Amino acid sequence: MIHPMLGEAWLAMGANRLRTALTMLGMVIGVGAVVIMLAIGQGAQYAVQQTISTMGANLFIVLSGSFTTSGVRSGSGGGPTLSVADAEAIAELDGVVNVAPTHQGTRQLVYGAQNWSSQVIGTTPAYLDARAWSVVNGGAFGDSDVRSATRVALIGKTVAENLFGDEDPVGKTLRIQQSPFVVVGVLGAKGQNLDGRDQDDSVIIPLSTAQRKVFGTPFLGSVRMIMVQADSADNMERVMDATTALLRQRHRLRDDMPDDFFMRNLSAAAESEAATTRTMSVLLGAIASISLLVGGIGIMNIMLVSVTERTREIGIRMAIGARRKDILSQFLLESVMISFAGCLLGLLLGVGIALAINALTGMVVVISGSAALLAFAVAAGVGIFFGWYPARKAARLDPIEALRYQ
Amino acid sequence: MAGDVIRVLGLGKSYPTAAGEFPALRGVDLAIAAGEYIAIMGPSGSGKSTFMNLLGCLDTPSVGEYFLAGENVATLDKDALAVLRNRTLGFVFQGFNLLPRMSLQDNVALPLVYAGVDKATRRARARALLERVGLGQYAESLPNRISGGQQQRVAIARALVNAPRLILADEPTGNLDSHTSEEIMRLFGELNGDGITIVLVTHEPDIAAHAKRQVRFLDGRIVSDHLTGAGA
Ligand SMILES: Nc1ncnc2c1ncn2[C@@H]1O[C@H](COP(=O)(O)OP(=O)(O)OP(=O)(O)O)[C@@H](O)[C@H]1O
Ligand SMILES: [Mg+2]
Repeated sequence: MIHPMLGEAWLAMGANRLRTALTMLGMVIGVGAVVIMLAIGQGAQYAVQQTISTMGANLFIVLSGSFTTSGVRSGSGGGPTLSVADAEAIAELDGVVNVAPTHQGTRQLVYGAQNWSSQVIGTTPAYLDARAWSVVNGGAFGDSDVRSATRVALIGKTVAENLFGDEDPVGKTLRIQQSPFVVVGVLGAKGQNLDGRDQDDSVIIPLSTAQRKVFGTPFLGSVRMIMVQADSADNMERVMDATTALLRQRHRLRDDMPDDFFMRNLSAAAESEAATTRTMSVLLGAIASISLLVGGIGIMNIMLVSVTERTREIGIRMAIGARRKDILSQFLLESVMISFAGCLLGLLLGVGIALAINALTGMVVVISGSAALLAFAVAAGVGIFFGWYPARKAARLDPIEALRYQ
Repeated sequence: MAGDVIRVLGLGKSYPTAAGEFPALRGVDLAIAAGEYIAIMGPSGSGKSTFMNLLGCLDTPSVGEYFLAGENVATLDKDALAVLRNRTLGFVFQGFNLLPRMSLQDNVALPLVYAGVDKATRRARARALLERVGLGQYAESLPNRISGGQQQRVAIARALVNAPRLILADEPTGNLDSHTSEEIMRLFGELNGDGITIVLVTHEPDIAAHAKRQVRFLDGRIVSDHLTGAGA
C-alpha cells in the first residue's frame, strides 16, 4: 500500500517543482540552522570539557595579598603574605591531596640562537600531580631538587617545538634570565586553558630555583600563590573553609581584620563556564528550531493549497474507492517526504557549513550522529504535525462535492 | 426480488438553495435485476444525475431506501461506501475524470491500489483491460495524449478493473461525436453480454436504443419504464 503511494507522492512533488523546492527550502534552512547550532554548541561544550579535564580536578588557589603597615591588604606593592610554611600546613589538613606553592611569570628563554618567551612556573612536584600533568619524555624533578635549588626544567610541548625544533630537548641546557637550566623532561600536551592561553607554552622549574635565579624574590620562603587539590568535589567547600581558618590563625589576624589572601575555586569557575556553554547551546538550538517551525508552517501552507487545488482529483480517487485513510496517508506521505528531503539537504548543508566554520575559524564543532538522528526525527515530526491538518481536510471531503469542484 | 442488483424505494433528494430546499428527486421506486441494461432519459434538470450519484454511493439520499446488492446502503459508513464503489460498481463520467499526471495503465490500475492488490497483478489486470478496450499500445501514455473517445475507453477500463457487477455511466457519450459514441456503446453491449449490469444516462434516443430497458425521468420522478426489445 505504501509503495504505490510513494510513487504518487513523488509525482505530485514533481508536478510543481519550483513550489516543492521553495517549500523544501524552509525545511533545509531550518534543519541546516539546527545542525549548525548543535555542532557549534556541542563543539563549545566539548572544548570546555576538554579544558576542564586538562586543568585537573577539585582545584583551588590561594593568592597572596600584600604586607602593609596598617595591616590592611592592598592590591600591589609589598611582599607576598603566603609562605612555603603555609603550604606545608595546608597539606596537613583533612581532605587535601596535593599542595603546590607556586611562583610564576613570563620570561625569555634562550637556547642557542633561539629565543622564546614563555610562562615560567616555579613550583614543587605536587603541582604536576594536582594538574594531572604527565612527563612524556625524560622524567620529572623531585622534592630534593626543590630543597637544593637545582637548575632543572620541565618544558611544555610548545616550548620544545619552538626552542628545540626536531632536536630531543632532554639533557640540553637552556637559559632563563641568564641562568642555565638542564631540561630533564618534556610535558604531555594540554592545549588551551579556559582563558584561551596555551598551557603547553610553559616551563616548570623547582620553586626555590625560580625564586633565587629567575624572579629574584627578596623574601625567600614566601610565595604569591598556593595551588590546593581536595580529594573530592564534595569536600571542596570544607577544605577551603579550613584553609581560610588555618591561614588566618597562622597570620595572626584578629577577628576584625580582613583576610590577607584571596581564594579562587578553579573547578567552580570551570563548572560555571561549562554551564554557560550548555545554556548557550540550548539557546542556539531553541533559536534554530524556530526556523524549523517556520519551515513546518510553510509545508502546512503549501499542503493546504495543494488540497484545494486537487479537490477534484480527491473526488475522483474517492469515486473509485479511496477510503479516508487512503487520502489521509497520501497527503501525509507527501508532506513527510517534502520535510524528509528538506531535512536531508539541510543536514548536508548544515554539516558542510559547520565544517567550513571549523576550517575557516578553527572553532571546535562536534557533529554527532545523535544530532543528525534528532534532526530526522524532528523533520518527520514536523512533516506529520504540519501535514496532518491539510491531509485530514482532504480525507474529510465529500466525494460528490469534491467531484463537482470547479 | 432477491436477485436485484439495485432496489430503491421512495428515494428522494433535496438540495439546499438560496430559495430553500429544492427537491431534485421526489420519491423514486425502481428495481434493477442482475444483467439488465437500462438507459435513463429525461429533460435537463429532471434529476438523472442526482439519481445516478445516489446509485453510485457518491451522495446520500434525503429520504427513501437504497439496497445495493441486497445491502441497505444507509447503514454503511463512509469507508464501507468507498469499498462498495471500489468493488461492487464502476462509475463512468461524462468528463472521463482520468488523473492527468498518471499513465493510462496507472489510471486503470488505481482502483486496485485501493483494493490492496499487489503490483504485478495490478499491472497485468490493467494491461489486459487496456488491451480489451483496444488501447494496449498507449499503456504508458498520459491521458492528454489520446482522444476523448480513447479517454472514455480508458475510464471504462478503470471502471471494470475490479470486476464489478454493475457499471453506472452518466452521459458517457455526452462529450463524444456520434461515431466514437457508437464504439463506446458497442463496448457497453459487450460488457452486458458478459453479464455486467449497466445503467446509463443519455439524452440521445439512438444511444438509448442500445439498452434493453428505458426509464424516463421528469421533475424528479419516473414517468415511464419500458423494455425496448434491443439485444433480444
Ligand atoms: N448541488 C446542487 N445544489 C443545488 N441544486 C442542484 C444541485 N445539483 C443539482 N441541482 C438541481 O437539481 C436538479 C436536478 O439536477 P440533475 O443534475 O440531477 O439533473 P439532470 O437530469 O442530470 O440534468 P442534465 O441532463 O442537465 O444533466 C436541477 O434543477 C439542478 O439545478
Ligand atoms: Mg446530468
